[in-house]
Amino acid sequence: MKKRILIAAVVVILMSFAAYAALFVAPTESKMGTIQRIFYLHAPSGMVALLSFFVCFVGNLAYVFTRKPKWDWLGVSAAEVGMAFCTVLILTGPIWAHPVWGIWWTWDARLTLTFVLWLLYTSYLLLRTLVEDPDRRALISAIYGIFAFLDVPLVYGSIRWWRTQHPQPVIMGGSGSGLEPTMARVFWFWFLNLVILMIFLIHERYALEAMRGEVQSIEREAEAA
Amino acid sequence: MKNLGSVFAAYVIGWGIFFIYYITVARRTAALGEQIERLKNTLNRSK
Repeated sequence: MKKRILIAAVVVILMSFAAYAALFVAPTESKMGTIQRIFYLHAPSGMVALLSFFVCFVGNLAYVFTRKPKWDWLGVSAAEVGMAFCTVLILTGPIWAHPVWGIWWTWDARLTLTFVLWLLYTSYLLLRTLVEDPDRRALISAIYGIFAFLDVPLVYGSIRWWRTQHPQPVIMGGSGSGLEPTMARVFWFWFLNLVILMIFLIHERYALEAMRGEVQSIEREAEAA
Repeated sequence: MKNLGSVFAAYVIGWGIFFIYYITVARRTAALGEQIERLKNTLNRSK
């Protein structure tokens, strides 16, 4: 318990430093001004959401091949945490877009595919509530999760392959893209912090799922007694 | 400092979502911990 509180405190302190860096250390962008500071939360949240869904995909794939519950627990934990990051991404985007584009939302390839991704993983979590048998639930959701992941490379590639209202990539965008050095340092600091937060949340959520497994085994033991 | 309110709103929403999510996980964990204790006690009494 003490260790858990300590890790949570470290995460909060790191996030506070990151917020300070985004609001006061990073230089003001010349075209968009202050509103561009949302970038340091928005873009890393998107990257970490995709990373969480990749962890979910690995868990789903491993469950299908091994049928070990721990992989199912990892899958659902990563999906839920990915949903939290994806929700932050979808909500902060329009706040940034409105003053810059003059609209809150547009159905371009990047935004639409990200919204579809959010819906796919919402369905993944809903699907799990509909099946009572734990083994059947794990297998059905793992197979569904593998197909849901197909949207992730589409989200990543959408701003590289198609002309969109959403800006072209400034991170890993090839020649002509990139950030001013201080902006880049703040961005990668945010990314690192959010990866730490993701690992912490997946760890916590995994512990919860493991406890659910324990409840089920105690109940089976009680029924047998 | 145009749009500073929007920037703060975005960060508050981001932090809020992570915080609320963590609280829901912690609450569910605590409730399950209590359920496990209850089940173990019931099982021990019936033995």
